[in-house]
Amino acid sequence: MMEFFSSGLSAYADTNTLWTIFWMAVITVISRSFFFISDTPWTLPAWAQRGLQYAPIAALSAVVIPEVVMTQGLFIHTLMDARLYGFVGGAVYFFWRKGAGQAVLGTIISGMAVYLPLHIGLGW
Amino acid sequence: MFPLSANWRRPEFRQGFFDMLSVAPGIAAWGLMTGVAMVKSGMTTLEALAMSLLVFAGSSQLAAIPLLLAGAPMWIILATAFCVNLRFVVFSAHMRPYVMHLPRWQRLVTGYFTADLTYVLFVKRFAKPADSEEGRAGQMAYLAGNGGINWFSWVSFSVLGVVLANFIPTAWGLGFAGVLALTGILCSLATSRLRWVSAGVAGTTAVAAFALPLKLNILVAIAAAVALCLLLEKRPSQAPEVETP
Repeated sequence: MMEFFSSGLSAYADTNTLWTIFWMAVITVISRSFFFISDTPWTLPAWAQRGLQYAPIAALSAVVIPEVVMTQGLFIHTLMDARLYGFVGGAVYFFWRKGAGQAVLGTIISGMAVYLPLHIGLGW
Repeated sequence: MFPLSANWRRPEFRQGFFDMLSVAPGIAAWGLMTGVAMVKSGMTTLEALAMSLLVFAGSSQLAAIPLLLAGAPMWIILATAFCVNLRFVVFSAHMRPYVMHLPRWQRLVTGYFTADLTYVLFVKRFAKPADSEEGRAGQMAYLAGNGGINWFSWVSFSVLGVVLANFIPTAWGLGFAGVLALTGILCSLATSRLRWVSAGVAGTTAVAAFALPLKLNILVAIAAAVALCLLLEKRPSQAPEVETP
């Protein structure tokens, strides 16, 4: 066990780094609570309230699409990339099941079932 | 929020728990690879553990690591973390009417646990804030169940990733399961034509604006998608469309 620990794990931590990590956690709280920290009554204008229903899917798409079609900040110029087929495989499963039951779990499993063989087996 | 036991007894808590459970394997794989990435990029085990347990925001963690290792001033790291988290500021505007009945400290704890998927699943399940005390308690119980399992799967697997970092090859690409978890939720949100438009515009914009610093491409993409969808709405004075259950 000691060998295991000395091989990779280190108990050392820089005090400054720990403080930075603590304040980063505070940033998490502030950003996620930003508009409900204050008790002052305030309502969003109606157009903004309507617009927010498009925000969740936009946020997910903005995170997901670059993860699928970009490598190190550049648009990929090949179709031999396992992520493309994993993504399509997952989405096809979801819409085939029409989102019923454990469709999201199925999306993960079927997407990985397409992705892993191509990625590990073929190196795509 | 899930530390309150009053929430555990409500049926909505279990509902929220199980809604998130099907996504949890993706979250877990993603947390695992974030843990591995922290150690492989040169953080010490203790630092990486502290980060996994406290910060609870994957993208801001990954953005902060190179800055930490380069010895950047603290305010720059914190400003970076905040900018990467700006999408949560947008979410908090949406969440405000749902949580304002809580005392402030509970709102802050609730905010802390409301990460991307928790927010997305919550507003998908509840299109409008409840107008009765009973309804509000139910909504908060749902949020607690859903946020609790999300926190648990993320944190426990990032800790595992930190501890096992030297035994898990990043080349396997297990982190892709996280992308697929988000993909599944994305598909489940595509319930109207305008939402498809929103996804398309946001995805394209995020790629086109990828060169922006601090992951600001995500914020620009959300803004562009929301603005275009508002312009495309036919009858702007009508109430927001209600999702079909």
